Amino acid sequence: MNAIREIPCEKITDTVRDLFIKASTDLGDDVLSAIQGAAQSENTQLGTYSLEKILENAKVAKDQSLPLCQDTGLAVVFVEVGQDVHVTEGDFNEAIQEGVRRAYRDGFLRKSVCDPITRANTGDNTPAVIHIQIVPGNTIRIIAMPKGGGSENMSSSVMLLPSAGLEGIREHIVEMVKKAGPNPCPPTIVGVGIGGSIEKSALLAKKALTRRVGEPNRSDSRLSELERETLAEINALGIGPQGYGGKTTALGVHVEMMPCHIASLPVTVNIQCHVARHGEAVI
Amino acid sequence: MKEPQRIHTPLTEEICERLSAGDRVLLSGSIITGRDTAHKRLAKLVTEGKDLPVKLDGETILYAAPTPPRPGRVIGSIGPTTSYRMDPFAPLMMEAGIRGMIGKGSRSAEVRDAIVRHKAVYFGAMGGIAALMSECVKKAEVVAYDDLGPEAIMRLEIENFPLIVINDTKGRDLYENATSRHSMAP
Repeated sequence: MNAIREIPCEKITDTVRDLFIKASTDLGDDVLSAIQGAAQSENTQLGTYSLEKILENAKVAKDQSLPLCQDTGLAVVFVEVGQDVHVTEGDFNEAIQEGVRRAYRDGFLRKSVCDPITRANTGDNTPAVIHIQIVPGNTIRIIAMPKGGGSENMSSSVMLLPSAGLEGIREHIVEMVKKAGPNPCPPTIVGVGIGGSIEKSALLAKKALTRRVGEPNRSDSRLSELERETLAEINALGIGPQGYGGKTTALGVHVEMMPCHIASLPVTVNIQCHVARHGEAVI
Repeated sequence: MKEPQRIHTPLTEEICERLSAGDRVLLSGSIITGRDTAHKRLAKLVTEGKDLPVKLDGETILYAAPTPPRPGRVIGSIGPTTSYRMDPFAPLMMEAGIRGMIGKGSRSAEVRDAIVRHKAVYFGAMGGIAALMSECVKKAEVVAYDDLGPEAIMRLEIENFPLIVINDTKGRDLYENATSRHSMAP
């Protein structure tokens, strides 16, 4: 039998806090190099100008510890808990919420969470949305993802006809990006979840966004091909950076899939703006 | 690329008529911020003919809610939110005096018509460069709806705030023009 490893709640709180502050101010090298590449090949002046401003912003934000975007997001946290871990000295869920609370307070991040009906702000950016998975091992892996509202608003889950097939899925993804136009702050990353149940497809789409930008799906060549083809089609739409016209409408399409019911074909498209923030740590 | 025009608030009919979709602008002067809930509240007051907590006549409104400032800074990061959510209120706001709107993303046909009718303007500010844009804000204070936290109405003094004209007084739309011009779709 494997030895149980003890991890105190305080350690989880500190890790979550640091991940959110870093993700909000320090754009990942995956996004930076994708933007740099796009700036080299963009064929419109306003498009190139916009991409250069994004790079300049990333530098200012990092140098001055300022949030990259005023929308520092709803805090989405993916946690993989090793089954040989024993969490001690407190409440595991609350430890994560407290980490988010401290990050948004100490990092001077915007509190963007409110009551859906009264719209009264909760004041500390909690509750965070937490997805927990139990996995083999004795570590805890935490992925922090501050998710902006503008791009989230351009996302949706649908139940396509099973007969729609791969072609129907591709058309649906491209149509969603076309309809979103300039609204989600292009160039975007398009997360897609195919199959499962309605909520599972949404979760797959969100999880797809935690991949490094432009990294292909390595488990299924049908999906990496779908990613490549859809991206080319999206970048032919002409929307461009910020919707000012050009060929950089998306930096990547990330697709995840799992089997579904014989009657259904759930597809979620979850759009992520160019400030694609995510950070991870293993405790 | 054409040099940006330097413009100072308050915006007037004449200034707006000179602007064309696609023009780059560096805006300076005084503006206000306001977004979802502030619009809902203001619209209710305007409809009921009640006094407003802030005058709208000739004003330019930025759809934004900044991050809190670190000690010693004027403001945190600031940039536009998506504008369509203010579309149900924007024609009424223009009727009540709003001349300029700053946000990001497409507007409804009703808003575009109202921009033509009121000789107003809708500027796009770039989304996701809020650290950079905060350097253009020289003064910031909450002037109404403090209870809304980041969504409160603020008055800002800005200097050379980088914008681009999206919808002008002739009914033109930069997004539509740009997308159709650069589309390679069959």
